[in-house]
Amino acid sequence: MVQYNFKKITVVPNGKEFIDIILSRTQRQTPTVVHKGYSISRLRQFYMRKVKYTQQNFHEKLSTIIEEFPRLDDIHPFYGDLLHVLYNKDHYKLALGQINTARNLISKIAKDYVRLLKYGDSLYRCKSLKVAALGRMCTVIKRIAPSLAYLEQIRQHMARLPSIDPNTRTILICGYPNVGKSSFINKITRADVDVQPYAFTTKSLFVGHTDYKYLRYQVIDTPGILDRPFEDRNIIEMCSITALAHLRAAVLFFLDISGSCGYSIAAQAALFHSIKSLFMNKPLIIVCNKTDLQPLEGISEEDAKLVMEMKAEAMKTVIGQGGDPLNDEGVLLTMSTLTEEGVVSVKNAACERLLDQRVELKMKSKKMNDCLNRFHVAVPKPRDQKERPPCIPQAVLEGMAKQQAAEKEKRKLERDLEEENGGAGVYSASLKKHYILKNDDWKEDIMPEILDGHNVYDFIDPDVLQRLEELEQEEGLRAEEEDDDFEMDGKELTLEEQEALAEIRKKKSLLIQQHRIKKSTAESRPTVPRKFDKEKKFTSERMGRQLSALGLDPTLAINRFRSKSRGRKRERSLGRGGNDGDDVMDMDVDQPNKKLRARSRSLSRSRSMSRPPGEVVAGEGFKDSAQKVKALKLAKKSVKKRNKDARRGEADRVIPTLKPKHLFSGKRSIGKTTRR
Amino acid sequence: MRLEKCWFCSSTVYPGHGIQFVRNDAKIFRFCRSKCHKNFKMKRNPRKVKWTKAYRRLHGKDMTQDSTFEFERKRNRPERYDRNVAENTLKAIKKIDKVRVDREARHHALRMKGKKAKEQREAAKELEQSIHMVKAPAVLQQEPSLTLPKIKVKVSQQQSEENHAMEE
Repeated sequence: MVQYNFKKITVVPNGKEFIDIILSRTQRQTPTVVHKGYSISRLRQFYMRKVKYTQQNFHEKLSTIIEEFPRLDDIHPFYGDLLHVLYNKDHYKLALGQINTARNLISKIAKDYVRLLKYGDSLYRCKSLKVAALGRMCTVIKRIAPSLAYLEQIRQHMARLPSIDPNTRTILICGYPNVGKSSFINKITRADVDVQPYAFTTKSLFVGHTDYKYLRYQVIDTPGILDRPFEDRNIIEMCSITALAHLRAAVLFFLDISGSCGYSIAAQAALFHSIKSLFMNKPLIIVCNKTDLQPLEGISEEDAKLVMEMKAEAMKTVIGQGGDPLNDEGVLLTMSTLTEEGVVSVKNAACERLLDQRVELKMKSKKMNDCLNRFHVAVPKPRDQKERPPCIPQAVLEGMAKQQAAEKEKRKLERDLEEENGGAGVYSASLKKHYILKNDDWKEDIMPEILDGHNVYDFIDPDVLQRLEELEQEEGLRAEEEDDDFEMDGKELTLEEQEALAEIRKKKSLLIQQHRIKKSTAESRPTVPRKFDKEKKFTSERMGRQLSALGLDPTLAINRFRSKSRGRKRERSLGRGGNDGDDVMDMDVDQPNKKLRARSRSLSRSRSMSRPPGEVVAGEGFKDSAQKVKALKLAKKSVKKRNKDARRGEADRVIPTLKPKHLFSGKRSIGKTTRR
Repeated sequence: MRLEKCWFCSSTVYPGHGIQFVRNDAKIFRFCRSKCHKNFKMKRNPRKVKWTKAYRRLHGKDMTQDSTFEFERKRNRPERYDRNVAENTLKAIKKIDKVRVDREARHHALRMKGKKAKEQREAAKELEQSIHMVKAPAVLQQEPSLTLPKIKVKVSQQQSEENHAMEE
């Protein structure tokens, strides 16, 4: 059901406002800065953009207006007529048409000017073209300003129209002004319609809702109708006429029995007869109101006759709708809204009549047939008296009986089992209880997952045995083939040869080690010629040992060595003293023993134990003592600074405190403290 | 619970060991220890790192294809428990292992086949070429065998004189 809601129409702006809005938007949303010096295509583009943007916005806004206002031909005829009555269909259509033409005009203007802009050759020309375009568009809008104002008013009024659903159950209340229609609606619904003693208090339709038998009914209050020819009726009356004409509703024609509305029963009857054509196919109830002032029985003869005539008319409608012709209770009712007697029965009667009529109609329409089929069960007519009960097989019956019996006793749950055996912490349910296996003994088996660094699950195979057999066969075959191969043990070295080889390798490795040591210390080691043998490596004893290891007789060599080296120093005895430091020449150490040497020194009294600082020792590599002294001085100088810093050596770069307080805190006496 | 293989070195990762890394494309890398993990982070190719199984297999140091490897295969379908099958499988695993180890040993032996002869040849050559380091050439001429020379002990002259005297 579509809700006829005219509240959602967007506001239609005033002519001036409209222009303002669009132009300011153009100003804001398009680039604004342009200079003479730009390239011409850029200038053109700039102004074309503005023109197009303005046109687009106008187009959009006007299109929304046109689309949102309802088209009178497309909506329900009730609303179409209502809007026509209120606003005049032609005027309405004209206004919308004007908006449409304005839209098209603006599009055309924009197109033309964009085309002209393509050939603009200076900033000024482009600018004036754009000004002209926008100006023309705005003039168009100014011309349709009255239409816009009109549409805005219509929109405001439409928003306030009551939302009447033309298709649902509706009760319409009509009658002369002041007969008590609005008071009635106030009584049965929550509507709050103005009730005043003057006529035409209600100037438009009002809607209220009421319930009956769990269904919702719309109750529509109309303004009063006067008895006038159709053409003379004013807008307000036309509203009610429209409602009467188009809504499929139950009509309650109100009759003021007492005549306190200012119109006699005769006048009201006349009105009734003039509009009775509108009551076609609608359940009609004649309601005599204000019975507290004048009961129905107390009216005059002519009035009673008129009332009976009206009742007869109403009866006709009843017959037309297939109701009970003899039942005339629901046709003429009396009530008093002041004392509230009969109000509810009137409402019930109206609702009942309406419901019956609607159901009747629905029954007649095609749709009902489908539903009806569902309500009806075809029962074949029995052809004889034989009993034919439904046939249920025995097994099913037994099963059903068993199931019922089983359901009667509660199934034992795992939870109960757990509680029996000591509770949650003590008993843990065996999850393997319900396993489906070939053999039930296997249920509690624990299968290992890992064996010898393999996953057992990776090896599971139904035909493992067979494959294993094949494998073993293969192995067997291969083992047989194996026996042919064996290593040729050829030229094995003898024990002595092996010893010799070991010795060779030892010597080689020693040489390599020494070479490596020498290589690594090469840069820092002084290159001293071999004759200054500081480590006393090259002694004759050693030579002798080495030669004999090689298998040679060393005696001759040693003798020769000695004779060569001794020379004139042969006569020297132990313990001589007072020599200069030429002892270094005495390579010939008959006293290889260091102890002896030391003692020889100590025995000579004229020499002290330690050497003087500048004394040149043979293996150190100094030319003379002056050089040595200088070297010592340099060494001391380089160490001095480090010692002062308490550093252990060159590589000692320890900073005892990384953030000394005196550098990282405190204010400065002058200057800034932005850096520390 | 499953034993996995380390992605880098292909050794088995036991539960509770190692690290698993999942990449953005959902590929999972498992490592047995931080050594492999760090190597991976350094983007080293296991096929080029000598001590991994990938290298060894690629360069033929270890056995590559063999029917014993077919027995171990990750099956994704769960099988219903059958005690006999389980028993057989467990026994089979042991036998398959034995076979596999034998075969690997054989492979290794095959690889090392010519080594002994080669070593002996090399040793002989070295001995021949470098014998001069332990045996003087003069001695070698007299005694051409490639063995250590007999060391001649130097007897002191005094003693020999004494002897002489004694003899006389």
